[in-house]
This record gives sequence, C-alpha cells and structure tokens, in this order.
Amino acid sequence: MENAQESLRQVFQQEFTRMVAVISRRFGLQHIELAEDIVGETFLLAAETWGVRGLPANPTAWLYTVAKQKAIYQFRRRKLLDDKVIPGLMAQHTQDDEWDTLSFSAHSIRDSQLQMLFAICNPLIADEAQIGLALRILCGFGIYEIAEAFLTNKETINKRLFRAKEKLRAAGVTMDLPADSELVRRLDTVLRVIYLLFNEGYYSSTQNQSLQKDVCLEAMRLGVMLTDYEQINSPKTNALLALMCFHASRFEARHGGAKSLPLLYEQQNDTLWDTALIRQGFAYLDRAMQGNDLSTYHLEARIASWHCIRDDTPEKWTAILSLYNQLVLLNKSPSAALNQVYALYKVAGQAAALAAAKQLRLDNSHLYFTLLGELYRETDPAQATASFQRAYSLAKTQTDRQTIQQKLDGMA
Amino acid sequence: MSEFMLLFRQPSFDTGQMSPAEFAAIASRWQAWVGGIEAGGNLVSRGTRLATEGKVVRADGLITDGPFVEVKERLGSFVLVRADSLDEATALAHGCPAISAGGSVEVRPLLV
Repeated sequence: MENAQESLRQVFQQEFTRMVAVISRRFGLQHIELAEDIVGETFLLAAETWGVRGLPANPTAWLYTVAKQKAIYQFRRRKLLDDKVIPGLMAQHTQDDEWDTLSFSAHSIRDSQLQMLFAICNPLIADEAQIGLALRILCGFGIYEIAEAFLTNKETINKRLFRAKEKLRAAGVTMDLPADSELVRRLDTVLRVIYLLFNEGYYSSTQNQSLQKDVCLEAMRLGVMLTDYEQINSPKTNALLALMCFHASRFEARHGGAKSLPLLYEQQNDTLWDTALIRQGFAYLDRAMQGNDLSTYHLEARIASWHCIRDDTPEKWTAILSLYNQLVLLNKSPSAALNQVYALYKVAGQAAALAAAKQLRLDNSHLYFTLLGELYRETDPAQATASFQRAYSLAKTQTDRQTIQQKLDGMA
Repeated sequence: MSEFMLLFRQPSFDTGQMSPAEFAAIASRWQAWVGGIEAGGNLVSRGTRLATEGKVVRADGLITDGPFVEVKERLGSFVLVRADSLDEATALAHGCPAISAGGSVEVRPLLV
C-alpha cells in the first residue's frame, strides 16, 4: 500500500513535468497555465479510473493518450471561440491532422523539457521565482512542498509563480532554444538556477529530509539532461554535475543523526558516504577538465573532491587553500572568504588565520563569528565564547542557532 | 437483490494545482471506496470509462461538441452494485471520493 502510493507519486512527478512541457511547446508558452490544467485534469481522471478499475498495463501511455485528447479538445474549442470572436484574423481552419503533431515521443519529451528549462531560467524573473517555477514545472513538486522548502505559505508561492508566468507572457518568451551565439550566455543562467535549486534542497531549513533529498536529486537530473546535448555539454556543465555529486554523496551521512539537526562534516560517519556518487563525481570532473575553461564550479568541485578524502593531510589542506585563493579571485563571496580563512588555519595555523579573519569585515554574518569563535577556542576561551554568542544573536534560522548552541555548550 | 448504477460527478476545480501526494491520495481513496463495496459482496461491475469528447443533440436539431464543458460538474464513470433496496444502494455511495471533492453520486436502479 505504501509502495503503491509512492509509485503513484513518482508517476505524477515525472509525467506532470513531461506533459506540461510537451503541451506548452506545441501550443505556446503563453498557454502554460492551460497546459497545467489539462495535465491536472488528466491526473484527476487517472486517480478515479485507476482507483476504480485498477492500474492500466501501461500507465504512462494511458496518461499520454488522455492528455492528448484533452489538449486537442481544449485548444480546438479555444480556436473556435477565437474564430468567432475575432473573425478573419484566424480565418484559416485548422485541420485535424495538424493537431496530431502533439506527440509524447521520447524525443519530443526530451526537447520540450530542455526548452522549458531555458525558458524558465530567464533573467527576466527574480531568482526565487525561477527556482519556484523550476520546482513546479520542471520537477513536478506540489505548491505545498515548494512552500515548505522555502519556509513560506502556499499563497505566497502561488502569487510568486503567477507573477513569474505573467512576466514570461508579457515579455513574449517562447520555448525556442536560444540561438547558438546566445546559448552559452543563457547556459550560465541555467547552470546558476540548477545550482541554486540544489542548494535550496541541500541547505533548506525544512526538517523534511525526503523533500530535501528529492529537490537535490531533481536538480541533478536537470543537470544530467544538459549533457545530452553536445553544445551545452560543456566543461562548466560537467563541473557543476561533479560538484553536486560530491555534495550529494554525503547526504545520508549528513542526516544520520538521531536529532533533526544535520550533522557537520567532522561528525559524519564516512562509511555512509555514497561511493558510487563520488566515483560519478570524479568522472564528471575528468570531463570538466577538458579544455581551458575554469569556472567557480570547477574550483568548488575540486574543493569538494578533496573533502571526499576524510584524512586531514597537509597535502589536502594546501590544495584546498590554493583552490580557495583562486575562487576568491573569481568571486569574492563572504562564504568563499570565510572558507579561505579556515583553510589557512589548517595550513598555517591559528595566528595567521586570525590575522586574516580580522581583515574581513563581515559584522552581520553569524558564520564569520562562528569562525572567529573556532579560531579563539584554544588561545582565548573568553573571546571564543563572546564570538559564539555574537554568532548566535545573528543567526537567522533555528538550525543555525542549534548548531551554534552546541559549540557554546562545548565551551562551558 | 436488485442492481443499481452509481454515477459520479466531480466538480471542476483548480486541477492545475494538484500535487504528487494529492494525486496518490485521491487514487487510494477511490480504491478504498470500491474495495469496500467489493468486500461487502455488493460490486457487480467496475463500469467503463467515458471518453472526453462527445456530441450533444438538442431538440432544435443543434449538434454541439462535448457536453461537459459548460457544466459545473463533470460526469465521471460509474460502477454497478447490487443491493436489496434503493436505501441500501444509496448507503454504498457514502464515502465516494467524488462527494468529499464537492461532487455528487447519482444512484439509479436498473430495471430488467
């Protein structure tokens, strides 16, 4: 019974996104909401029919047949209305065989989903809205689950998605792939959204661990989708995939604790690390290293690859420090700077790291004061405690506060 | 014992919002409902599915496509049950997921 529920859930998640992408591509992205309704109705009918009569021999084929009938019916009807309302404008009558070009072949599904990915990862709409749309339209999550991942309510998510679709419509965004000349630039946005999506899952404040994992896996699936196409199967794409594989390999170990708090790296049981994913990560990293491209994903992937080796060797931390030094040059984000200081601590010791940390002025960051606390821990317990307390007062989530409280408890 | 047809109608609602978990839950409610009727020995047939498309013929000779669009409630499928009385057949309709979704079940005796 549990299994049956789970497989129905998976059928929905996978086929919802496929059918919405195919129908939207055939009839235009401006009709995406109608496409969602058609697919939703198809599933409502599936729930009733499968519930009463049992699962058909081929559920996917059943869904495609019904969705196609419904889509053709809806759009033909809509066209009839348009013809009546705006006579002449669409005088030419649509032949039945023209509707038949709506196809749910594997090829059509693949192309439609890729085009949908590029349409949604669009700088026209805000990051949060891109991630929200990606979660719904590309990954098939329910509005409630998306709200849970963002720690907000359904209404907020619905409004956000509605406005995002309006923007896409108003800007006349279509589902055609960008021209070759633009493809590389647009790919950057797509990769960024996939990485944000992955982080949304990995660092999400929700306590729902299966949801977190699902979001991460979906982000990885979208990344793998890109590798099917020669032009966008670039070193950067592979670097991002490597990075996600390395992080995801620690998923089980990270949540191995009895408490809801994710386990920190040092606390993890490394026998729970997923070695298959680590190997996969190295395979992607190999492909990423072909060519001269050096992106932040390359550097972060190589840092993450070192973290797949548990032992603290001088070689490991020297390599990590050098990678952070390069990363900071490419993108001086607060987290890169803080990690650079930590690597320096591992390589050159407490005094050098403390001097570097004092150069950073991240007075609003709980991570900064957590790091200061760590650096003071051995030499100045009073300063360490004060730093952890400052970090506690700056922390924004319950999870962060709990983690810092553990450190404070350790000082007592 | 007589036979009765239970016809269910579902209201049109915002299906574009459906989530994976809701889909699985609705399917299992239908399964549980029909399963309950079957377990009680009252099930005659699991009916058959109606196609989306169809024609409506009216008194003035007007023939239109698909009758269901303008109707608030969409006619779903049906099951055939056996029961001693209309009341007993009606009791079987309780728990039908169409009802909890805001729709209805029509119970009609079959005459031989």
